[in-house]
Amino acid sequence: MIGEKPRGLRAHLPVIYPALMLGIFFVVPFGTMVAVSFFHRQPGAFYLPGFELGNYRALYTALFGRVLVFSLFLAGLSAAVCVSLGFPFTYFITRMQRRAQVVWLVILLSVLSLSEVIIGFARSLLLSRTAGLSNLLVWLGLMDQPASWSPGFMALLLGICYLAFPYTVLVLYPPLSRLDPARPEAALTLGASPLRTFFTVVVGSLRNAIVAAFVMVFVFTLGAYLLPQLLGRPQHWTLSVLITDQAIYQSNMPLSAAMAIFFMAVSLLLVALTMYAGQEKRAAGP
Amino acid sequence: MKIRVFIFGVAIVTGLALLGPGVTAVTAAEPLRVGAYGGYFKDSFDKHIFPDFTKETGIAIESVAEPTGEAWLVQLEQAAKAGQAPADVSMMAQGPMLRGQRGQLWIPLDLAKIPNHKNLLAQFVHKYPDGKADGIGAVAWYITLVSNTNVFKEPPQSWGDMWQPDKKDKLGLLALASNSFLLEITAKTFFGGTDFLDTQKSILTVLQKLAEVKPNVKLWYRDEGQFQQALQSGEIPMGQYYHDVAGLAAADGHPVRSTFPKEGGVLDSGCWAVSKASKKVDEAHIFINYMCRPDIQAKLSRKVGTAPTVKRELTGLTPEEFAGVSSDIPPIIPRYDLYTGDLADWINQKWTEMITK
Repeated sequence: MIGEKPRGLRAHLPVIYPALMLGIFFVVPFGTMVAVSFFHRQPGAFYLPGFELGNYRALYTALFGRVLVFSLFLAGLSAAVCVSLGFPFTYFITRMQRRAQVVWLVILLSVLSLSEVIIGFARSLLLSRTAGLSNLLVWLGLMDQPASWSPGFMALLLGICYLAFPYTVLVLYPPLSRLDPARPEAALTLGASPLRTFFTVVVGSLRNAIVAAFVMVFVFTLGAYLLPQLLGRPQHWTLSVLITDQAIYQSNMPLSAAMAIFFMAVSLLLVALTMYAGQEKRAAGP
Repeated sequence: MKIRVFIFGVAIVTGLALLGPGVTAVTAAEPLRVGAYGGYFKDSFDKHIFPDFTKETGIAIESVAEPTGEAWLVQLEQAAKAGQAPADVSMMAQGPMLRGQRGQLWIPLDLAKIPNHKNLLAQFVHKYPDGKADGIGAVAWYITLVSNTNVFKEPPQSWGDMWQPDKKDKLGLLALASNSFLLEITAKTFFGGTDFLDTQKSILTVLQKLAEVKPNVKLWYRDEGQFQQALQSGEIPMGQYYHDVAGLAAADGHPVRSTFPKEGGVLDSGCWAVSKASKKVDEAHIFINYMCRPDIQAKLSRKVGTAPTVKRELTGLTPEEFAGVSSDIPPIIPRYDLYTGDLADWINQKWTEMITK
């Protein structure tokens, strides 16, 4: 059986269930969205079935462009922060004793049990003037008076990175723990400094894992919808916020569907480019 | 990730809309089904209003929890196409009310069967363009200027106070044109009234004036809880909010006050409307007539905290009770036509451009 192509209904049976689920919960809704994005919007009412490109043409505005660029920038920056912190962090975890590793992973996983709403509200409290961390700094004599740090760009970035960090570590953990300790040791023995060893040997041999983690966090934070509203100012609202406004508050399903599909296409393109660039480098490398 | 959630949401809404007719199986001796906003409103009505109505008229009521916003309208429309009504009478916000009107979803009401409509303030009889009534005011509530009493010792006088330089980074305002009614507030405060919003050019003028308040706004909120917490702690010590909820917070001992500015509070409301697929039209009229009785409206004000839809002198509310839910200052009535008409998308676009810039 192994290596043979499955033949007949019985051999295909195990695949039918996932295929069916994928069809019902992904292909059909996605198809609906693609169809709706070409429908005719009736101002003051809902929409009528049809085929027109008007919804996509309506995306050609400075507002949409600005928010699109900002959403991509925010996701890219969050991914960069998460990976550049998460990679050394995970590396040190994997060098620890097994027991300590488990403790760290459990702590990280417990962060995932918090909902985005709770994280958002907790952050806005922590960064507030009336009850936040700055009061502690005033008490310690490091600041003259309490300050408000939320809403703002840094608050938003902090919130998103907090949410994405555990995922980053979880993606990086398996490849890092498989890294043969002999390799960095060899570099050290040959006289490389620990810092140099880390950047040339550890980072160098795990470039693929780093690109994968970056792409994962990038895609994950692209959909940020709640935190930009809780921790950001209006100029920090992402495309997901505008899509929701159109769908829920303006009943403009065709436009929101068109926005979502365009957004997805641009993101997929960027992800593909990143992967391609990662492969190029590997091919060019030693 | 969230896009997938969004797609899933669309699928669920569509699914519900298609399932709608199937869910409501028709049986013989059926009660009158009344839709009320799920949560606080429905619970209050179940407790204070519906049992007394049944005792008095013998008409049984089954209350249906309806979602706020557009979802319920979608379900009613889809069901009506199949000749079904998930609820006979529904409580509808003004936006969905107008959208439903365009699809002729509401049965024209026979005002002769609702003699109590004479008690209502004029704005609470909602009409088709040809003058036939299609909705009767159910509940009304005010959006007012609220402030933290620890930060602002003196109550504000005018909506115009929001523009003062000492309010820098101190305001919380609702995030959308269609739920903040800030265009109306600005037009009334600086341009003589909401009629000023009749042309695109003057809407842009109002938006420009509104843009001047942006440096003072710390939070543009969609979620009430977000602002209320910040208001109570003094983090964001001023803004627009719901008069009744601010009253509840003050009653709980929080340093919060709600002020009717001299230009008036914004009076928003929900209507009773009857689906054209309803087979209980007579009972629906009796119910709506009952809800227009001054003593019932007074009961709603006392128990639920809504503003009466009938004339003040009929309600028998004491001055304190009345001040708790309403004001004698003429209200700012939102221009709902702007958010459902041909200009709706344009206004939304300009609004978003203004606040996100």
